[in-house]
Amino acid sequence: MDIAILLAVLKRTLIAGTPLLLGTLGEIIAERSGVMNLGVEGMMSVGAVTGFIVTFTSGNPYLGMISAVIVTAAFSQIHAIVSISLQANQVVSGLALSMLGIGISVLWGKPYIGRPLHSKFGEISIPFLSDIPFIGELIFNQTLFFYLALIIGFIAWFMLYKTRPGIALRSVGENPKASEAQGISVVLYRYIAVGIGGALAGLAGCHLSISYSKSWIEGIVAGRGWIVIALTIFAAWNPAKAFMGAFLFGGIFVLQYLLQPLGISPSILAMLPYVTTLIVLILFAIGKESRKKLHAPAMLGEMYRRGER
Amino acid sequence: MKYSFKIINNDSYTRTAAIAALALSLVCGFIVIGILFLAKGINPFYAVWKIFSGSFGSSYGIKETVTKSIPLIMTAAGLTVVFRGKFWNIGSEGQLLLGAAAATWVALKIGQSLPSPLVIFCMIIFAAIFGALWAIVPAFLRARLSINEVISTLMFNYIAAELVSFLVIGPWKGTTKYGYPYTDDIPASVMLGHLPDSRIHYFTLILAVILSIIIFYMLFRTKFGYEIRVTGENREAAKYAGINFLKTTLLMAAISGAMAGLAGFGEIAGIHLHLTSPEIISSGYGFTAIIVAWLGKLNPLLTIISGFFFAGILVGGDAIKLSLGLPAATVQVFNGTILVFLIIGDFFLKHRVTLIKIRQ
Repeated sequence: MDIAILLAVLKRTLIAGTPLLLGTLGEIIAERSGVMNLGVEGMMSVGAVTGFIVTFTSGNPYLGMISAVIVTAAFSQIHAIVSISLQANQVVSGLALSMLGIGISVLWGKPYIGRPLHSKFGEISIPFLSDIPFIGELIFNQTLFFYLALIIGFIAWFMLYKTRPGIALRSVGENPKASEAQGISVVLYRYIAVGIGGALAGLAGCHLSISYSKSWIEGIVAGRGWIVIALTIFAAWNPAKAFMGAFLFGGIFVLQYLLQPLGISPSILAMLPYVTTLIVLILFAIGKESRKKLHAPAMLGEMYRRGER
Repeated sequence: MKYSFKIINNDSYTRTAAIAALALSLVCGFIVIGILFLAKGINPFYAVWKIFSGSFGSSYGIKETVTKSIPLIMTAAGLTVVFRGKFWNIGSEGQLLLGAAAATWVALKIGQSLPSPLVIFCMIIFAAIFGALWAIVPAFLRARLSINEVISTLMFNYIAAELVSFLVIGPWKGTTKYGYPYTDDIPASVMLGHLPDSRIHYFTLILAVILSIIIFYMLFRTKFGYEIRVTGENREAAKYAGINFLKTTLLMAAISGAMAGLAGFGEIAGIHLHLTSPEIISSGYGFTAIIVAWLGKLNPLLTIISGFFFAGILVGGDAIKLSLGLPAATVQVFNGTILVFLIIGDFFLKHRVTLIKIRQ
């Protein structure tokens, strides 16, 4: 393969993997606190539509990005209220959030279908580093979202393992009773964790609409929110391990386009990410049988009630 | 002094309280939906009026509502089984599509050469089997490898939709349908009859109601139903009681998948008469059925009523889609909002919340 084509493919892979990475980091933080949020698909849709509308009307993509983050974080609190305070089943609550988010995004986005975005994120070259052959163009000449994903990934890992609030967050997901006894507010930590998950899903979603495809279409998220939940498992709830999974799946999204000239039906190619998700889940489960070995937070999906024995 | 909420379980609620909670949840849900419409600059009263007059306000509307309730009742009855067993099958949409594809295939293969009752019987069996298969695989992965069934069933939805798209533009593309992603029509002899002046394929409707009653009986009157409920309520206890988790999970998933597959059969033999794009075959029945099952309190007799109610919302959704120019997926807003309020209502029904003082 020509080196220029290889570079283009790899670069596209990193761009396609960026929203998956951001979403996965958010879900890791939420699930580490013990709250499984199946609403990622809906949250990413809300982020995508908010980002697009604000960017389109204001002409400022940064404003669009910030709005997407804030709106989606607020939207995620529906799941927090219902599943943490009202102790509803997290699976059902998360599904409701997904349906709601998809519905709202379609309803709000309708007038914007087919409208091109004029103001968008350009590539930012990092001085000196971007001059390195190959690597420079691949990694240091990317959009803001890519850099943000890398930085947030590092911060998430550092916070979770090296700082007091991060350790408290993990303990909330592992043993909420003991955490409460130490004066940690389980409910507060879980609300914040869900909110961070929402903010990152919003960032991931607006990447799709204002940077990746630069237009609004119905179903723009296309199942990425569900793939994120699978990636959270592959990453064993560790931000450092999220990178590989996210970019691997980014590659699979790119592969669809690469294989098209071979005459394979687009419908069959469109199955690729979903089939790969299943295959990887199966291989992963065979490799690591029990939940313990997977390092899942012990209280994941379990509701918590204060003062209960 | 500090104040805090204390939450106490309250399992001894009355039927009146349960109905009141349900009604209040729906009212609150519609208020929020109204606010969402208002934010879009649409008069919420007009929209809600349009929805209900479109679905229940005319004889045409009621007939369409009954027609759309058929796949919902069928699919939701199956979902009550898996949801009681806490197997979160979100893949009804894909199972329905596979059932539809299987039914079409049978009708096109043997429809001309065999007597029509036999063909219809084969269509039903194949639709049920393929729907069930599409649910059994995730169930096996769940029971054997602890793979989250929400993700696997959803992935199966996407794969089923792409598979149907592939079939109708590729190998199964009809020879008589130029330019459209359709298969050929199934033979006229195996098309299901309609009630006069309607699209109500009554055969499937009767089948859905009978199967709902059978599932009710199975869930609450048989040992297998008991095993499903125990597995759902406490998996550890189920293990100690000697209940085979793998077998129970596979069977309940098979029932749910088969029911969705049968709904797919009904859509082919009663409505579309050929396989076509997935979004035309199903229009989200598999997802709406989740809310139908929840609204019906996971009781297969009540889901007949909630299925009819939600079919009305779908038909009304079509009505506002036309008159207000809204996209089809607007129905998801209804689904999501109402589901959120249903689970909130459930919480306040089953718990008593009091404000207490804490001494520091």
